[in-house]
Order: sequence, then structure tokens, then C-alpha cells
Amino acid sequence: MNKTNLMALGLLSLSATLTSSAVFAGGNDDPLLTKVMLDQFEKGVDPQDPTQFSAQAWLGYDLNKLWLKTEGEYSNSDKQDLEIQALYSTAIAPYWDVQFGIKTHIKPTPNRNWAVIGVQGLAPYFFDIDAALFIGEQSRTAMRLSAEYELLITQKLILTPEVEVNLFGKDDAELGIGSGLSDVSAGLRLRYEIVREFAPYIGVDWRQKLGNTADYARSEGEDTQETQFVIGFRAWF
Amino acid sequence: MKSQYMIKPMIQTTNSELNNSRRQFVFGASAMLALMSIPFPKNAIANVLSQSLSQLSGKVFDLSIDYKMVNFTGKSARATVVNQLLPAPLLRWKEGETVTLRVKNNLDHDSSIHWHGIILPTEMDGVPGFSFDGIKPGETFEYQFTVQQSGTYWYHSHSGYQEQTGLFGAIVIDPATPDPVIYDRDYVIMLSDWSDEAPENIYAKLKKQADYYNYRERTVMDFFSDVNKNGLANTWNARSLWNNARMSDRDISDVTGSTYTYLMNGNPPQQGWQGLFEQGEKVRLRFINSSAMTIFDVRIPGLKMSVVASDGQNIQPVSVDEFRIGVAETYDVVIEPEVDNAYCIFAQSIDRTGFTVGNLTSDASLHAPIPPMDPRPVLGHSDMGMDMSGMDHSKMDMGGGDMSGMDHSKMAMGGGDMSGMDHSKMAMDGGDMPSMDHSKMVMDGGEMSGMDHSKMAMGGGDMSGMDHSKMAMDAAKATVSGLGLAGFGSNNEIKHINTEFGPQVDMRADAPKSGLHDPGIGLRDHQQQFNRKVLTYGDIKGLHPTYDTRQPSREIQLHLTGNMNRYMWSVNGVKFMDAAPLEFEYGERLRITLVNDTMMTHPMHLHGMWSELETGDPDFIPRKHTVLVQPGSKISYLVTADAKGQWAYHCHLLFHMPGMFRKVVVK
Repeated sequence: MNKTNLMALGLLSLSATLTSSAVFAGGNDDPLLTKVMLDQFEKGVDPQDPTQFSAQAWLGYDLNKLWLKTEGEYSNSDKQDLEIQALYSTAIAPYWDVQFGIKTHIKPTPNRNWAVIGVQGLAPYFFDIDAALFIGEQSRTAMRLSAEYELLITQKLILTPEVEVNLFGKDDAELGIGSGLSDVSAGLRLRYEIVREFAPYIGVDWRQKLGNTADYARSEGEDTQETQFVIGFRAWF
Repeated sequence: MKSQYMIKPMIQTTNSELNNSRRQFVFGASAMLALMSIPFPKNAIANVLSQSLSQLSGKVFDLSIDYKMVNFTGKSARATVVNQLLPAPLLRWKEGETVTLRVKNNLDHDSSIHWHGIILPTEMDGVPGFSFDGIKPGETFEYQFTVQQSGTYWYHSHSGYQEQTGLFGAIVIDPATPDPVIYDRDYVIMLSDWSDEAPENIYAKLKKQADYYNYRERTVMDFFSDVNKNGLANTWNARSLWNNARMSDRDISDVTGSTYTYLMNGNPPQQGWQGLFEQGEKVRLRFINSSAMTIFDVRIPGLKMSVVASDGQNIQPVSVDEFRIGVAETYDVVIEPEVDNAYCIFAQSIDRTGFTVGNLTSDASLHAPIPPMDPRPVLGHSDMGMDMSGMDHSKMDMGGGDMSGMDHSKMAMGGGDMSGMDHSKMAMDGGDMPSMDHSKMVMDGGEMSGMDHSKMAMGGGDMSGMDHSKMAMDAAKATVSGLGLAGFGSNNEIKHINTEFGPQVDMRADAPKSGLHDPGIGLRDHQQQFNRKVLTYGDIKGLHPTYDTRQPSREIQLHLTGNMNRYMWSVNGVKFMDAAPLEFEYGERLRITLVNDTMMTHPMHLHGMWSELETGDPDFIPRKHTVLVQPGSKISYLVTADAKGQWAYHCHLLFHMPGMFRKVVVK
């Protein structure tokens, strides 16, 4: 996987060289750009609730990009979650990119590494879709599907429903993950875009553990369902 | 013939003086909207003389390109200017003379000046990389050529995004022979769009979020009000095509009034440019759209405008109330204002997110009210090129139906709109169609080549009374397939070639309509709604007979393509960097048919040669340098390849240009 990423980086820098040397009458059509998106950065209103974030960033051109995706949460030093993905993304259709690379799940320990192949894009009716298949060591497999929609109340007040489901191929007792459908979460966030790049929001987030994963949680004396009200902000640049 | 020029340059104030005064009249974008229906602030105008264009004339011109801080919005920002002026000085040339233009580049980047619409040798055209290296920092380039034409033109940088930051100016060329246009006074009206944002940032934002500047998207409230009006099922159906296509019917302009301040002769609307006239004068207004990204709709409430020239070329006068001017186009109009009256020259952006104004008056203390902007336009299915193909006849159930009252008389099919029309699934069994009257269907030029009626099932139908006899299909003009006659446009089939398929293209117009008689998005109902006659390309006929009366020997069909969501633009799905040049044979007469496979209106500009727009009269084909191609539409023009060398051919929307660009080589 590392090799693939090196190749991708090589390709990007090669095309950067070609681009910059081209004679151009108007301007550079496809400049090397970066975008960093802090999609969620929020704190539950209950003091027990964790602080969570999810962010993505890309570097690249119109059709080929390097992506970083990360998400995590922090409740206390014992209860943390952090994962990072590094992906190469290439367009396969007007609204769809195929992405492949690696994911490392750093917290909770022990950490798990996965190879990733996924699709990301805009489905008809303007659903933002991110679906990925993960293949890990010891023939672990997992899938994640998330969908997000934007409802414009006004041009600046935007309601965002989203759902995410996770599936695993086999039990991972150390991490308390069971095979099959492990958890489903849904959120509803209402943001106000002060400017396009910065929008504070309020929202509600609901998560339900399912199947074997729920059994693991119950045996640890944890709740299988959480609902929290959040405040946070979204930003990009 | 009387020809008297009375350009009276108004008192020139320096820009820094203006800037100080401007600060008092700074409004936010929302305050600007509130200004819409109130008159000019009279005292403000009295205190601040609006800036008129300063003029240079003669045969030798020294121009220097510099950076300069300007203030149009209350914030200062860096502009690119010529001789410290924005717009650059108005250059006045005389037809037949040889002009020398020494252009010094004081920027720290390469620069260039392109003489837009001027017929000249390729190495004088001023496009870097095309027989010219650009002007390096600190260098002076000397342009020299003989002026072979007259009329209204303009010049601008062809390097980077310098045009967006102010590097543009007007050119007026006095004719060698008496001017066929009679007027007593003329003014150049230069329209432009200014942003305090650096153009590179605007472009990057569009690549990151294509609707960044669109604050007119459909909301939940719009949905409910539509449901209220039209019912849930109809609303859902109307939305589903757009939702499936992942496109917005509110997507009119990429860059809008949310960042742009629109200028007339370098004046923001709060200040307004002012021009004076005297009793009984005929005033010629030379409109130039020197915007980077903004198409304007222009009118002068209370005055008819006689359009006498387009893109510098005289045309047979057309009396209109309103016209659309694409980026880089020019229109000359003659008006006859009444003394003791003031008139507002009102130019609103195509998406109605802003406007710029001028006050034309016989008395400097008289000010015309500024009209409100027209309703914001919403794209229709036809703007997706789905006029006919989206018009689904297959489900038309006419079994046994009585079609006697079916009136096709208002179907306007000028320009060959029926090639994609498929009636094959129309089931008309048993129908009685006795008085179906096609007699008023106007099908000039034999446009029915692709129309397939062969599978129309009319079993048992009685069509005895169906009268096609008056269908005006001039046999002489009708061609079965292939090239249509010069002046009438293309008959060819619309073909989407392989390169148009892929992630870089999000839409293909399968049944593009003709762009000739359509005034365009946002103007289509103005005749009915406001009783305003709006200029269409179909109204334009050259004043002089067609120069080259040969038939085209071949046709090039070019598709204007893009992916709005990724903010990518291309021709035939191929961006400039990957494209082979278009090759013209020296001396050949050819037709270019442009098919717009996007939802944007693209002003296409061919350098070095005329674009002779086929508006339906082969004897008086008008010559243009820039042609607007409407969304989901096609339009054709003829080109005589009479200029050897390498030429640029591109969309004049600045942020489309890098991709939607071709090199043309005439050998």
C-alpha cells in the first residue's frame, strides 16, 4: 500500500511539473490546489459527552487527488478514538471518485491497519455518499457507508441530516467489535454559514450498537445507545 | 452624410481624489439592493463628477502597464492599469492609418495586450504563446499594424487574470469613408465587473465549491411554496429531472454580485457615470462588455434604442427596448433623448445579482430614477438541451382522439430544431385528424432532415384533410443532409464524440435548440410581460452585402463542454492543454457550428478572422468577433480563413478560458 501511495505522489508531482511548464494564453486551467475541511468539530452539551471531530483534506488536481480523512473523539484518557486514512483519489465519472489507500485506527489500542477501497461522490438527488471497504490483517474485513444531505432553509441556514453504518466481517474481541452490522448512527445538524468557510451549528447525534457489538458493550457495562445534543462548527479553507 | 464627433471628455479627476470621495458612498451588497428603486443621490453626484473615459488619439501611443491601488467597495485593492487608468485609456484610431503602440510592462509578471476584434497580423495579436512571447517584466513591446476597419472595439490583457483586475480599454475607429450612422455625439459605455478578491482566489474557490458565489439556490421554502402552487406530484416531477442530473436550475452565473461590483466606465453604481446631451441631438452609445465573467442586459427606460452596429460592424438598424451583451461583445445604439429629461442607462447582470448605471441627461442636476432589477431567471429543461428529447411524445395517447383543433401555427422552428424529434412512438390509431393545420409552420431552409415520421402508427386514421400544402419548404433551399446553404446554418446531425464521455463532462445536449431567435434566459418573457422588444441574433443583418458569398466547403462541429460540479471546462470534452490545434486551409470558407452542452451561456471569440453569424439572410450575413452560445443550444457561423498564422479561439468568460480554448492554425 505504501508503494501505491508513493506512486500516486510521484504521479502528482510529475503532473505538477508538466503543468507549470506549459505555455498558457489564459491561465493555468488545472492548478495544484488544497482544501482542508473540518466537517465537524463539536462538544456534547452534557459534561459527560465526548468532544468529537471529523476532517478531510485533499491536495491535487481536478481529477486526481491525495486525500486525508480523519475522525476521532475524546472523552477521557481511557476513552479515545482516532483513525486516519490516506487515499489516492481518481475520478471515474462526472460525480464519482474511486479512492484507495490505507487506514490506521490508532485508538483504542491495539491499533488496526487496513487497506481501503472506496467511492465518494454525489448521488442523484444530491446525496453526498462515502462508501468504503476495508481489508485488514488476519483477514479482517469491514465496510462503512455514510450519506449526507443538505437542506437549505435559507441560503445560509442549512440543515444537514446524515447517517452512517458500519459492518465487520468477523469478531474483534479486543476492541469489542462483533461481526455483522455493528453500529448505526444518525445526526441532524443546523448550521449557519456566516461566510461560506465558517459555520457554527447545533445538532443532535444518535448512535446505536447492534448485534454482537452490542453484546460486547453490554458485557462491559456500557450503553448500547447514546443520544447527545452538540454544539460545534464547520470550517474549510 | 453628416458625421460629427463631439466627445467632450468631462473634467478629469485623479483616481485618488475619486477614491476619497467614494468612501462616503460605500454600500454593502444588501444596501445596494435597497438603492434599486431610489433616484441617484443628487447631492452626492453634484459633489463628485463621475469619471469619464480619458482618450488618446493619433498614430503613436505609449501605454504603460502598472499596479495601482483602487477603491470601489470601501476597501482598497490592487488593480492592473494602463497609464494609471481603469478602464485603460480610450484609443481613437482612423481607418487606413498605421498605428504604433509601445506597451511597457511595469508589472512583476508577464503581460500582454490583445486588440479584440481587430484584423491584424498574427504576431501583433498579443496572445502569449501564439506567435508572440508576451511582454516580460520591464520590457516594452511595439505593436504596429494598419487599421483595416472602423467601429467600436476594445483591448485587454491576454495574460493570466489581468483582465479581471482592470486591464481593459476601449477602441473607437473612425471610418475612412462617411459614417453611415448619423449622430451628433457619442459616448463609450464600458461595462465591467470588479472584485476585491484576487482572481486566482476566485478560481480556486470555484474549484473547491462550484456554487460558492451562488446565493440563489432553491430552498425548502421554495419547495413548499411550489407544492402549494402546483401540488406535490407536479412539484416532485418538475424537480426530479434536475435532482437526477444533480444540477441546479438557479445556476446562472459562476461568479455573482456577491463578490462583484459592476462598473460603468469605471464608476460603481453608487456614483453612476453621467453623460450630457443637448437639444435635438442624436446620441450614439458604444456599449462594450469588458467584464471578466458577467453578461449584462441593457436598457434605457423611456427610450427606444436603434442598434446600428454589433462588434464594430454596421448592421441594418433594429429598434429595440433591451439587449443582452455577452462578455467581449460590443453594440452601438443611437438614441434620441428629449431635452429637459434624464435617462437611466441600466445594465443588470444576467443573474440579477447586481447592476451598474449611468445617467444621461440634458441638465446635470436632473437624475433619472434607477429601475428595479427584473425577476431572477430560472433555467428550464430546454436549457439542458432537452427541448425536444425531453418532450416525450411516446406517452402521448391519441388513440381515437380528435385532433381537429390542434394548432401548430405558433411553433417556431427556424434554424433546424427538429432533427432530434422522434415521433416514432406516437400512437395515433383510429384518430381523426381532418383539420390539423400545419400551414403556418415556418421551416425555412429545409430543416427536417432528421425528422422521422416513418414509424408513426396511424392505423386507420383519416388524414385526408391534413393540409401540408402551405408548409413553406423552399425546395431550392432544402438540402437533404450535410451542409446547408450559407446563411442558414447547419443541417448536420448533432454528434457527441467519444472524448465527450468521461468524468470531465456532466451534460450533453441531445436535442439542442437554435440559439438564433431566443433572446436568452431571463429575457424570454420580456415582450409579453413588460412589452419590451429584446434583440435576438435573428434580428441582426449586416448593413453591407455578404463579403464572401461562397458556400462553405466543410463544417466543424464543436461542443462546448464542462463539469460544473468540478468546475472544469473544455471543448469536445478536451481541455486546451490536451488539445490538438484546429486547422483551417488558407482561403477556405468553412462553417463552425457550436453546440453548447452546458447550462452556461458562453461567449465564443475567434481571433484574427470574422465570425459571420448565419442569421437567415445569405445576402447580409453580419460579421461578429464574439458569439453568445446559449445553454443547450447550437449556433453556426461562417469563417473565411484569410489570415495565416496561429490564432486563439476561446470562451471569453475568464474562468472558462483556460480549458475552453483552442489554437487555430491557418496554413
